[in-house]
Amino acid sequence: MRDGQVFQQHLKLRKFRGSVFGLIFLASTMVGTLVLIVLIVDVLRDSLGWLDWQFLTSYPSRKPEEAGLLSALFGTLWVMVFTALFSFPIGIGTAIYLEEYAPDNRLKRLIQTNINNLAGVPSIVYGLLGLSLFVQALALGRSILAGALTLTLMSLPVIIIAAQEAIRSVPGTHRLGAFALGASKWQVVRNIVLPSSFPGIFTGTILAMSRAIGEAAPMIAIAALVYLTFIPISPLDRFTVLPIQIFNWVSRPQADFQHLAAAGIIVLLVVLLSMNAIAIILRNRYQKRTEE
Amino acid sequence: MPHRGTLKTATGFAISPGRRSRSRLGEAFIHKLLVACALVSILTTVGIVVMLVAQSVGFFRQVSILEFFTGTKWTPLFAPPNFGVLPLVSGTLLTAGIAILVALPVGLASAIYLSEYAREGVRRVLKPFLEILAGIPTVVYGYFALTFITPLLQKVFPSLIIFNALSAGLVMGIMIIPMVSSLSEDAMIAVPRSLRNAAYGLGATRFEVATRVVMPAATSGIVAACILALSRAVGETMIVAIAAGSTPRLTLNPLESIQTMTAYIVQISLGETPHGTVEYYTIFAVGLLLFIMTMLMNLFGQWFVRRYREKY
Repeated sequence: MRDGQVFQQHLKLRKFRGSVFGLIFLASTMVGTLVLIVLIVDVLRDSLGWLDWQFLTSYPSRKPEEAGLLSALFGTLWVMVFTALFSFPIGIGTAIYLEEYAPDNRLKRLIQTNINNLAGVPSIVYGLLGLSLFVQALALGRSILAGALTLTLMSLPVIIIAAQEAIRSVPGTHRLGAFALGASKWQVVRNIVLPSSFPGIFTGTILAMSRAIGEAAPMIAIAALVYLTFIPISPLDRFTVLPIQIFNWVSRPQADFQHLAAAGIIVLLVVLLSMNAIAIILRNRYQKRTEE
Repeated sequence: MPHRGTLKTATGFAISPGRRSRSRLGEAFIHKLLVACALVSILTTVGIVVMLVAQSVGFFRQVSILEFFTGTKWTPLFAPPNFGVLPLVSGTLLTAGIAILVALPVGLASAIYLSEYAREGVRRVLKPFLEILAGIPTVVYGYFALTFITPLLQKVFPSLIIFNALSAGLVMGIMIIPMVSSLSEDAMIAVPRSLRNAAYGLGATRFEVATRVVMPAATSGIVAACILALSRAVGETMIVAIAAGSTPRLTLNPLESIQTMTAYIVQISLGETPHGTVEYYTIFAVGLLLFIMTMLMNLFGQWFVRRYREKY
């Protein structure tokens, strides 16, 4: 009898401990969400009254009330287009090679390990690579092209890994079916593998791109801190991007510039969010089509 | 039904021998093109190593390796200049250490919640928030550290200066929570149901199953998650460049202003330092050290998972 009582008491304690920790675990999971909300509210409050049409259509200025981010916005769009142009084909090509073509040998494992390691290289190191390779050695100068090539190298590992996962999810029987009907390797890839893995590839690629666009560190190594009062019109022009412009404003002690930085952050987040939204919408549309 | 058309082409094309040989050439060409794509990633690694080493040689011609690794002052822009990298390393480890102290308990606890406690519906609501948190640009976190967390901390520590390691480290910790959480969660989900069921069958509570069965079985994945997150924190640039200051100092006091390796590279890069000066070469020497540190951590993390993974 006594043993039973002790057990019952102990059980109560164990259950109590379990529910207390359950609450702690839940609270920990909410920390991220909470910070996200506080962060966004903080930025929105700081940018109040500063985010207007004039801000979007003006060049940077010494006077906070006249300053805007027109040149940085265009710089970001330029870099984004060129990075996509380079990184999509190379990234998808590498993924197709690794998943569909490469024999399972040392070379394949080497390339795979190498890609995993490249994904962990700090972004500022890519900036140094771009600075000495594209800006200096290839004499592209501190241009949009040099910036886009740098971001391409940085985002490639992430794009490749995402594309590989999407390609791997295509059932092997689909490939075998096509091979049995006489299709060649490339025909299988182009007509069977790519169409059904496209939604996954596309989403992964856009997410990787949006990460790359938000990165300031490698771009600072390429573009440096520049005071641009024109919209770049050629890929060889000098440029600045939103994250650099925001960093520039944050680093100034005057409160007005902090407000400009907050307004710049809102613009940057809107650009990134719309990229993600496009990715999701396109994914849903294509997924429906392949399911039909 | 996109497949049906394809198969017709495939059949049609097998009949005509002329098209077939031309298409064989095409197949070979495409194969070469794909190999070339794959080589880009190899060349990137080669490029990083060659570039960092070659440019660092220019630095180590003028500064002895011994001074670089043992000097306790980093003042490359003063006369006379000092090139001891230790203050930058200590600043880096200090902020990364604070970040891990925040991210490890919170990330691990949320991984346990998501994999052991949460119902599928709750998971589907909570996970996107963590993903958004992981997608916020680091410059935004830097702004948040400087304009929100620092003033908050100053209420607790009135003597706290504006630029300090604590604020940057805390925010960096928040930044890497999603990484710790999702990697650990993956490791926990991989633990087979049968192990949990066996423990439940013996009368264990949910908490006991999570901490005494699932966590030990997922240890390798959790340790790897920590190492990879630490590596990310060491390489993190904008938060520390904005909020931690630019005064290289050999200290482990989180209330002081410091400078990390990454923040130093940013500081010099901002000024478009002319090519060929010692100042220009310093960023590559520091970059090389940073690259080696993060690379070793990443390799160790990957090796640890392979070596200690429990096989079921």
